[in-house]
Amino acid sequence: MSWRKVKHHLGINAMRACLLVTSAFLLMFLWRIFSRGLGIISWEFLSQPPLKGMTAGGIYPAIVGTFWLTVLSILIALPLGVLTAIFLHSYGKPAWLMRMVRIAINTLAGIPSIVYGLFGMAVFVNLLQFDVSLIAGALTLAVLAMPMIINASEEALRSVPTDFREASLALGATERQTILRVLLPTALPNIMTGTIISIGRVAGETAPIMFTAATFYSLKLPRSLSDEVMALPYHIYALMTEGAHAEQQVPIAYGTAVVLLSLVLSISAVAIIIRYHIRKQRKW
Amino acid sequence: MVKRQLHTEQLNLWFGNNHVLHDVNLSIEQKKITAMIGPSGCGKSTLLRTFNRMNDLIADTKVTGKVLLDGEDIYHPKADVTRIRSKVGMVFQKPNPFPKSIFNNVAYGLVVQGKYSRMDIQDRVEKSLKAAWLWDEVKHRLHDSAMSLSGGQQQRLCIARALANDPEVILLDEPTSALDPQSTAKIEELCLELKNEVTILIVTHNIAQAGRISDYIAFMYLGELVEFGETNRVFTVPQDKRTEAYLTGVFG
Repeated sequence: MSWRKVKHHLGINAMRACLLVTSAFLLMFLWRIFSRGLGIISWEFLSQPPLKGMTAGGIYPAIVGTFWLTVLSILIALPLGVLTAIFLHSYGKPAWLMRMVRIAINTLAGIPSIVYGLFGMAVFVNLLQFDVSLIAGALTLAVLAMPMIINASEEALRSVPTDFREASLALGATERQTILRVLLPTALPNIMTGTIISIGRVAGETAPIMFTAATFYSLKLPRSLSDEVMALPYHIYALMTEGAHAEQQVPIAYGTAVVLLSLVLSISAVAIIIRYHIRKQRKW
Repeated sequence: MVKRQLHTEQLNLWFGNNHVLHDVNLSIEQKKITAMIGPSGCGKSTLLRTFNRMNDLIADTKVTGKVLLDGEDIYHPKADVTRIRSKVGMVFQKPNPFPKSIFNNVAYGLVVQGKYSRMDIQDRVEKSLKAAWLWDEVKHRLHDSAMSLSGGQQQRLCIARALANDPEVILLDEPTSALDPQSTAKIEELCLELKNEVTILIVTHNIAQAGRISDYIAFMYLGELVEFGETNRVFTVPQDKRTEAYLTGVFG
């Protein structure tokens, strides 16, 4: 066998080994979580509040809490993010200032989420006096999601061929009409994909809601924006660090992890399906 | 009686420090086809794009001199750019229908003007598709995506889209350079038909095409309008050496 063929086989097998290691980690991780957590999942687990100091019962309030935190934060972040992206893409001047804004946004995207938690506590909980509440948590998560949504949206707008913009303007449309009727509809699927990915991220975050929204233990569901809420990721943290009955709490934590993981994975799956359909339609 | 439709006086244009058009004086007759030819980078596309102010989209563009459309200075500070663009249609090099239905593509220019009723729009869409010789091919699938059409059909759709606004002038920027010979022939024939209604300006790299369809030739070189005249005359007795050299293929 020639030396070139040897190198070829060495290279291929090295990559094969890397792939195996990576997937082994992933499989071990999934196996560990699901084998430990799946057993505890039942209709009661999903529909009951925690009982007896988190040693029994279910996680229903945490599911509801995570649902509302996620929905509200995306409802806040999506319009702000998309409009910011439109401004940056189509109107922003001068160019150097927009570059600075983009750098700021990218920096924001890279900040550890615990810092968002501190920011949310300082601004929403203390300064604006929302206290620890659903709305304070949702706003904090919205600030976290915004850079992701802005980047995804601007990227989506930039990927719309300039031909479309020229065609629209050449037909006598104004800049505003061009954005509303051509640019946004064409970019929308990619904006949606970006948004769905950030939904997954927001749903799984613990640190930003730790000081702003989450409570260890709540029997009732949130009734208003100013209520504290339970949340799935924070519930796992609580189960593992609080209370004295590890033997009952740890399986519940794994069960909660299964629910959270399934939630985030199914959200990502939706994103992948949407992206697949868009790519199939795209012919320009 | 021929009428002057488009007219430039001492037109100069800069992109930043790049002086692209030099003192262009040109008169375009109504309902004729004028072909603009010249080597790449000579400014013919830029000149075409001054007639519907598409160069405005490029940052740092400076224009001096006058461009008159039916006697109206379209670079006047108070000129309404969107109205000018609805009077001067444009078809681009690469067919660029919107990712919308066939119907909505043609209706677009009418819808954005916001002054037509739904019935009006339907009538005009049908009329424009017929005028662009596309109606019979698409009348049963007006609500299919325009992206499902062939390249030649897409380009005729773009022509229909431009016609829907009932323009006085249509600017064609190398409209057939991305098409196969059959589609090209169809578009050329279509141009000859359309000149009964509208004034046509066409930029082309294809000298034979200019010869086949145009009434007038404008030859541009390095940002100057070198020669302008009736197509037969320019092709048989070019007055400028550079025109002759270009037409005979010495450079290009």
